[in-house]
Parts: sequence; C-alpha cells; structure tokens
Amino acid sequence: MDQPSSHLKIKRAGNVAVVEFADRKILEELSIQEIGEELRRLAESETGIRLLLNFQNVDHLASAALGMLITLHKKVQEQSGQLKLSNINNQIYQVFRITRLNRVFDIHQTADEALEAFGQV
Amino acid sequence: MKVPADFGVDDAALISITIPNDLRCVKEPEARIMEELKRCGYQDDAIFAIKLAFEEAVTNAIKHGNCNDRSKKVYLRYYVDPQRVVFMVRDEGRGFRPDQVPDPTADENLERPCGRGLMLMQSYMTKVRYSPVGNEVWLLKENVSGG
Repeated sequence: MDQPSSHLKIKRAGNVAVVEFADRKILEELSIQEIGEELRRLAESETGIRLLLNFQNVDHLASAALGMLITLHKKVQEQSGQLKLSNINNQIYQVFRITRLNRVFDIHQTADEALEAFGQV
Repeated sequence: MKVPADFGVDDAALISITIPNDLRCVKEPEARIMEELKRCGYQDDAIFAIKLAFEEAVTNAIKHGNCNDRSKKVYLRYYVDPQRVVFMVRDEGRGFRPDQVPDPTADENLERPCGRGLMLMQSYMTKVRYSPVGNEVWLLKENVSGG
C-alpha cells in the first residue's frame, strides 16, 4: 500500500519495500537531507529490510545524493538488510560509473530484475 | 580574476550575477543558463553535464567556501554561445587547495559520504581552473556536438 510522503512513494512487493522518488529533480541538494532522513527511518523500521530504490522518475543527481545513498547503504547493512537500485538512466549511471559507485551498489536495469534478485518475482 | 585566456571568451562578454549565500537563490540564474543552452542547441548529455557541474560548484561555494553563512554572497559569471559555455563561481571564503582533496575513487575513500563534487566537475567539464586562493573557479564546457 502506498504511504504518503512529500518526497517518496513507498510500496510493498512481497517483503521488499520499493521506493520511488516523487519528483524528477528530487535529488537536488535542497531535498537530499529530507530524503535521506525518510530513508533512514524506513531502514530502521525493519531489521533485515529489503529495500529497492527505483530511479525511474529521476533525471538529475547531485553528488550529495551519492553521499546520502552511501549512508543509507551502511545503515541497511547495519540492519542486516539488502539495498538494490534500479531504473537508473544512462546519464545518471555514468555518474555512478565515474565515481566507481557502480561497484558499491547493487544496480539493476529494471525493478522486476531487482525484485527477482531479491527472490520476489 | 578574469576569464582564463585559453577559455576563448572575451571577459567583457560574461554576464555577472551576485546571489545571497542560499541554495534557493541559485535556481533562477541556473534556469537562465539552461534556457540559453537549449536555445544554442546543446544536446541533452551536455546540458546534464553543465547542470551537474554548475550545481556542484555553487553548492561548494555556499556550503564549504561560505560555510553556509547567510550574510555572505556568491558571485557568478557566465557566458553561453553555441560553441562553449563558461561560468565562474566565487565565494567569500578563505579558499582551499583542490589538489589536496582526497581521490574519492580510491578504494579507501569509496564509501565516504562526501568529496565527489570536484571530481565530477573535472570529469564533466572541458576545463576547470581555480584561482590561486581557491575561492574562485572557472569552468568551460565545449559543445562538441554543435556550433
């Protein structure tokens, strides 16, 4: 069921929390702290959380967003959970590649592929 | 400092803007630059690169250079034509040494939450030039697909 949020749309696919970003330019500096806080609360709400971030609505990214994702990644790991990213467009994927963060995050082409990797399809 | 000579732009041609030290005040000049880029026929990938580098430079000025001090200002200059875009960002801080910023792609730094802005600027722009003090940066992006 969707949960109301100013920045995020959260759904459940089995035991995976699937998060979409509500605005194409949501990952700009001003929003990043708020998004990071919402995601942190989500990660802390469930031990062993399976969390999928779907970037299909995102067409711009600041480096601070990468930092936010790294912090989230560590938090999910602390909670013995799993974090996957999906639907990252080519331009934003290049940012991950240039910063070598494509080696840190588990990135999938589509949400379905990510859910299958979680064992949820 | 004036625009670097190898950027291929007359210093008098640059538009100057002064904004308060507040990220919200960046939106309007950024939008103007983006409109100019589209009008000059820059392709989507170039616009993405310029927008990213511009935001990184201004964010660095506001957060790090001016230490989020609302009483300080950020000075912007820019120029756009179909062949190139040039912009300058200067803060009122004490400056820094860009060559002393750790490499964020090194294994030991990969999972640090910060420190990627400068590298992204260097990666996406044709040239990046800092003043000796380090509180002023000039960026050039050549439009390889148009002009």
